Formats: sequence, C-alpha cells, structure tokens
Amino acid sequence: MSVPEPIRLILFVAGLMGFVGFNAAYLVWVERKGAGRFQRRPGPNEAGWAGLLQPIADAAKLMSKQLIVPAGVDRTLFRAAPLMVMAPAMIGLAVVPFSESLAARNINVGLLMIFAFGSINVMAVMLGGWASRNKYAIISAARVVSQNVAYEIPMLLVVITIIMGTGTMNLHEIVQDQAGWFWNWNIFRVWVNPLAPITFLIFFTCMLAETNRAPFDMAEAESELVAGAYTEYSGMGFGVFFMAEYANILLGCSVGTVLFLGGWQSPFGLWSGLIWFLLKLYFLVFSVVWIRWTFPRTQFYGLLNLSWKILIPVSLFTFILSSAIIKLLGHRL
Amino acid sequence: MSNPIKEVYDGFKSLVTGMRITIGEFFKPTITVQYPHESLKMPARFRGHIELVRDPETGRAVCFACKLCERACPSDCITVDGAKLEGAKKKSVTLYQLDFTKCSLCGSCVEACRDGAIRFSREFNLASTSKDEFVMDLFKRLEAEREAAEGTNRLAVGSPSEKVAVPAPAPATAPSVPAPVLPATPPATSTPPVSTSATTPPPAASGESK
Repeated sequence: MSVPEPIRLILFVAGLMGFVGFNAAYLVWVERKGAGRFQRRPGPNEAGWAGLLQPIADAAKLMSKQLIVPAGVDRTLFRAAPLMVMAPAMIGLAVVPFSESLAARNINVGLLMIFAFGSINVMAVMLGGWASRNKYAIISAARVVSQNVAYEIPMLLVVITIIMGTGTMNLHEIVQDQAGWFWNWNIFRVWVNPLAPITFLIFFTCMLAETNRAPFDMAEAESELVAGAYTEYSGMGFGVFFMAEYANILLGCSVGTVLFLGGWQSPFGLWSGLIWFLLKLYFLVFSVVWIRWTFPRTQFYGLLNLSWKILIPVSLFTFILSSAIIKLLGHRL
Repeated sequence: MSNPIKEVYDGFKSLVTGMRITIGEFFKPTITVQYPHESLKMPARFRGHIELVRDPETGRAVCFACKLCERACPSDCITVDGAKLEGAKKKSVTLYQLDFTKCSLCGSCVEACRDGAIRFSREFNLASTSKDEFVMDLFKRLEAEREAAEGTNRLAVGSPSEKVAVPAPAPATAPSVPAPVLPATPPATSTPPVSTSATTPPPAASGESK
C-alpha cells in the first residue's frame, strides 16, 4: 500500500460515511419510487428529475424541525439511541470487502465483528423505545428484542455453516474462496451443503427480520403501534432512525453478497471487481423493497412460529448435514 | 395437521407467486393521473354547478328570465332578473346570480327550465379562500366569455365545460319537462352540433318555440 496509514484511515472514514449517508438517503428514494412502481404510480416526481432531489428536500425538512424531548423521558438514553442505531452499520461496513483491493480493514474476525456490532443496533432500538416512556414504544421495544433473539439463532447457524465450508471468518478470504464460475458461490455449492440455496433463503429472511423490514417490521408496525419505538422522536432524531434502517439493509445485503453471492467475483470468472459487488448488493436491496411491497406484515406469533418452528430446525439440519459432509469428505472438493 | 414439508413448500410457492405478480406490475405503465398537471375528463352527465346555455346564433344566453328556476330552487340560491331590450320580442336575462354556498346540486332548476337555458357545468375545481367567490353571476360570466371569444374570434373554444352546445330541438310533442334519464339520441334531423349537449336532459323546446 502506497498510501500512508493516516490518510488511508481518513479516506476510508470519509468514504464509508459518504457511502452510508448517500445510500441511506437514496435508498429512501428507491423505496418510494419502487413502492410507486409496484402500485403503478410514478412515485416522487416533482422535486427534480424523477424526484431525485426528494431525499434532499426530506433531509432539509427533518433538519429544520425542532428536536423535542418529551417530559418524563430518560434524556440520556433518548438522545443516545439514534446514535447507537446508526453507528454499528457504519462500523460493520468497515470490514466489508468491496473489491479485491477496496476494504477499509481486512481483519480475521470480520464476520464476527459485524454480528457483534449488529446486535447493538437492536439494543439501540430497544433503548429508544424504552426511554421514550410511551406505551407503543415499549411494546415495540419488547417486540424488537424477542424478534431479534428468535432470528439471530437461525442466522448464526447459517453463517456457521458457511464458515465451516470456507474455514475462515475473514470476509476477504471468504470471497476469494468463491472465485471462478458462479457455481463456486456459496449459494450454489451443493456439494458442501446440499441445501445451500435454502440456506441463503434462511439468511435473507433473517436479515429482513433483523433489519426490521416488512413483512417483519413489527418494531415500526405503523398501523398498530403508531411508529413503534420511534413514536416520540421528531426531526432528525427520527431521521437518523430512518436512515439507520436503510444503512442496516445495506450492511445486511453486503454481508449476504459476500457470504453467498461471491462478493466482487464475476459469475464467469472474468472481469471481477467492484461493479459486480455493487450489482449483487443492489439486486438484494431491490429484492428487499420488492418483498416489502408484496407481502403484508405477519402477525407477531406468526413471526415467532416461523423462526422457532421452521427456520431454526431447518438451519440446524443444514448445519449438521454440512458438518457431516465436511467431516466425511473434506471441504475442498 | 398436514405434512409440514408440504405446508412450507406450498407457503413458499405462494410467496413466489406473489412476487412474480408484483414484479409484473412493476414494469407496467403507471395508471395514475398527475392531478395538478393533468386532470380527468368529466363524464357527460357530471353535475357541477349550473351554467347558462348560449344560443349559437346570437351568441347570447338562451335564458329570458322567466324565473321558473328561481321558483323551483328549494334552497333559494338563484336570483334572476331580466329586461326587455329594444327590438326584441322577449325579455333577456340581465342578472343570473347563483349562491353556490347554498346550492345542493339537486337539479330542480335544470328540470324546471322549459327552454334548456341552464345546464350542469363540468366545473369541479371550485376551491377558494373567499366565500364571496361562490356567489357568482352566471350572466356576467357568460358575457365575459362571449366578449373574450369575440375578441379572439374563436367562439366555442373555451374551457372544456364551456363549449357552446345547443340543445337538440326536441319533438314538439314533448312539452313537459322530461325526466333526467339518459339523453335520448337527438332526432336525426339536420340539427346544429349536439355533441356536448348531453350534459343536460333534452329540453322540452329550444329557442325556436317562440
């Protein structure tokens, strides 16, 4: 690396913050535009060409609003929650390899770090709901916790299955392991794990639940809980929660891309690079929007049933099956 | 309890079906009307506030201030006044004031009019910040339009609801006010253009029945 370390650090901090901020703002646009198209409306189209200035207008509106701290709330936690919800997504992206040579940090336990910080996000939503002193917010906080406890288990089981196949927690090496044609991607590696595509579906479902996205948006079930944990937040406090949702989707889809879709690897073994990573990433992001505007919200017991009765047994089964195959045949096939 | 694997499979299949349908809709053209920029064409029988009908020959109002509508109005929102112009056989209307704040769009005035001199407009953009704007003088409005039309020499090119339309001359055997059923096809005589006259029920008689 020819770039000196302090400059590299500054570049990556600025770059990641810019990337997350830009994506959080414009994924809102993508979501609204997508929502419109799925319902055969044009979506935002007044502010700028095709409504492209809409996120800027939204941001200006949110920033100019008063930040109200309601009487009786726990001020410290109430203020800290939006910060704590945004930061983990940015930290997590620091270990995501965008291409062969583009990653802020290439550390050996990158995957572990992402999941460790990912749970702070849940805690932040819970604290925000708890500190708000609002019945809807507290119900939402309780839901967030039980939902995430339920979905963290199949997610981690699936991730462990992947780690067993690749033998490393370094995201960079996991991607390098999937080089070559697309059948080397973990999603298609049926000789290591015969249920690999199903594993990916479980991961994706859990990702939706972890990021509180429809059809699992129990935390912000606006038709039942006003705005859930965000009910008492105004102005940019709410805006940060809102952006964090998209930042977390971005992180979740990045992890999905790295773990299952071969990261920056091209499907043909040629011209691998950043563009493939972004293509896969935004395909997953689009799928998240697509799912949101297709399925109605599940009921809460349906959500827990899905996790405890289907996802956890299936992911346990794939975990055992895959470990048996690796034990008997070796994982370099 | 059915086979759980089949249950999961069926559930998953239905999810995929749903997603296939929504992605199909995603690529279809939008169907909404971008309201401030474009608006829907009002149907022929839309009942907006009433407006005076213009005689296509003279360009003036057909109404001759018989005040039947004023009497028919249950809410007392119409005030008509007329005067006899020099050389004219009949009176002509000089004031036709509609207080739209009281009007319930019952249509009794249109039914009462024997000469098809009033009809429903297709105006629906009636928001205003002032109550006074809903007390409108339909005669003045008609005259202003006539002058504007003469000024530009483009009679009959007004707002869509203000097209000059002539009521089809109904058969003379129908003196009473017809019920506002679907407008019967006008008699296949060589009548003036009748395209937009469908807004009003076919009147009993037109200006010729003097």
